[in-house]
Amino acid sequence: MDLLTNLALGFDTALTFYNLLYCFIGVFIGTLIGVLPGIGPVATIAMLLPVTFTLAPVSAMIMLAGIYYGAQYGGSTSAILINLPGEVTSVATVLDGHAMAKQGRAGVALATAAIGSFVAGTISTFLLAAFAPPLAELALKFGPHEYFALMVLGLVASIVLAHGSLLRAVGMILLGLLLGLIGADVNSGAQRFTFDIPELADGVGFVVAAMGMFGLGEIARNLENEATRNKLVGSVTTLMPTREDFRRMVGPILRGTFIGSALGILPGNGALLASFSAYSVEKKISKTPEQFGKGMIEGVAAPESANNAGAQTSFIPMLTLGIPSTPVMALMIGALIIQGIQPGPTVVTNQPALFWGLIVSMWIGNVFLLILNLPLVGLWVRMIMVPYHMLYPAILVFCAIGVYSLSSSTFDVHLMALFGVLGYVFAKLECEPAPMLLGFLLGPMMEEYLRRAMIISRGDATTFLTRPISASMLIIAVVVMVIVLLPAIRKTREVAFKEED
Amino acid sequence: MTIRNPKDFWSGLLFLAVGGTAVLLAQKYKLGTAFKMGPGYFPTALGGLLALVGLLAVLRSFIRPGTAIEPFHWRLLLMVTGSTVLFGLLMRGAGLSVAVLALVLASSAASIYFRWRTALILAAGLTVMTVLLFVKGLGLPISLIGTWFGG
Repeated sequence: MDLLTNLALGFDTALTFYNLLYCFIGVFIGTLIGVLPGIGPVATIAMLLPVTFTLAPVSAMIMLAGIYYGAQYGGSTSAILINLPGEVTSVATVLDGHAMAKQGRAGVALATAAIGSFVAGTISTFLLAAFAPPLAELALKFGPHEYFALMVLGLVASIVLAHGSLLRAVGMILLGLLLGLIGADVNSGAQRFTFDIPELADGVGFVVAAMGMFGLGEIARNLENEATRNKLVGSVTTLMPTREDFRRMVGPILRGTFIGSALGILPGNGALLASFSAYSVEKKISKTPEQFGKGMIEGVAAPESANNAGAQTSFIPMLTLGIPSTPVMALMIGALIIQGIQPGPTVVTNQPALFWGLIVSMWIGNVFLLILNLPLVGLWVRMIMVPYHMLYPAILVFCAIGVYSLSSSTFDVHLMALFGVLGYVFAKLECEPAPMLLGFLLGPMMEEYLRRAMIISRGDATTFLTRPISASMLIIAVVVMVIVLLPAIRKTREVAFKEED
Repeated sequence: MTIRNPKDFWSGLLFLAVGGTAVLLAQKYKLGTAFKMGPGYFPTALGGLLALVGLLAVLRSFIRPGTAIEPFHWRLLLMVTGSTVLFGLLMRGAGLSVAVLALVLASSAASIYFRWRTALILAAGLTVMTVLLFVKGLGLPISLIGTWFGG
């Protein structure tokens, strides 16, 4: 039983005192920022990246991962209690979760969200343990052709998952790819797009760009609606769902977990689309679809299970292929590189303690989260009441110090401010930042793999189509693109994202 | 010709400008061949594609209607990013403590709930906290007092 020995190794690693501590710190911070609207896991993990220098690699990864899936739990709390999603992935929960709170069933809604997340987290941890190693084994056979094709597929998928105009999403990806090329070219050493600024020779830091767009740009947007924020509705009385509630949530939780696990693997924000898809599936198969939005427990159980499952399975491409599929995963890769570990298919075999320890810690983290979010819900309710005008200056301080400490460079701080402006403008133009950041990360890698592939095949581009794995990935990419452009699908996609507004 | 989708129009224009500039700048780098790509090959291709996407978006903006762009609140944006720039300017010379104080005070002023008293308390609290956390706790090599004050 290979899996069992591996899991035993994982438990050995994750159950040490320090790793338990960092797991707890991670999920605690995750819940905190999840509860607080206006600060998400991307900015938080970026801020804490310098802190991880001092930790052991396993502890660092366990903590950062905890922040990410912890935020999925926390996001539902503010969605239910103040009608404002703490995280984008909880947007679908707002509809029925807040309606339940208005009926005095806030506690039950919170419990449903936590139970759903826990079940989803447990199942998706097993999926991760079962599917990641064989995938990594397959990835060991990948050459530059396959990696390039895989990245094309990833970028196409992220276009599909972006909301708003498809054309603008394509533009954002290309823009990101170009931004990623800033700095010295690895092959020739030529300085590209550096405008003779020495600080740009190493390229633009991903953390700098991510914090500018997700941190600063978001703050400026949140301040626009400051007056309408934070109104606590519904007090938390009884947490215990009734027998009838339990009966009704089983199906949605399992379906949500399945949808979330499948979509979470895809690049872009799989967890976001997963929560919407899970919600609309429940609405579609329900006998009383007209009751949705009026406090249906299914409308809380499904999206909350889906987003947690999606958050966890999004680790699969990162751990097995070394390819970031979301901005958060890019930061995780950054943390690994800081620790001197080259992410990729070899992590499973070369760093088994890290790999299995991380997976097992996710399950332990889910247990922590269940405890943190149910008996201690009162604490988070109080956190929500911290007014935004006290919160955002603190976020700015953490962003500024975080970016400065990366390389003791004030240039980076100013560059972050510039990305803040960009993030704000793009938000106004409804251009999604996530595909851009994905392109930004993949830009240099794609160029490198393309160049190598072309050298291997002596300039013959048709080899991308004669190698079976690369060909099938490119074909899937084309099929996905065509499907999305079909008028019927296009309409459902627009409707799916409409519910968010 | 009227712009029926301002979001498409302006983002398209932006893509067109950036893509075009990238192609122009990339001409300075060696293009190479498909077999042996030079540093200019990939940027030229990407810039060209981006410009094309931008052009399509601009053209589409005249045909397919869309919603109006929400108003820009430049003052808010400027205060948030400007206070960050201020932090950067003060960091070396005045040191972390002054930089954090300035950042908190300047950014707090962007809020409609701004009061001097709460902002000062918040600034002082955050300064103490960051010093304890980042410098004492994590030992990051940041000077509390900058070169201007002989730090």
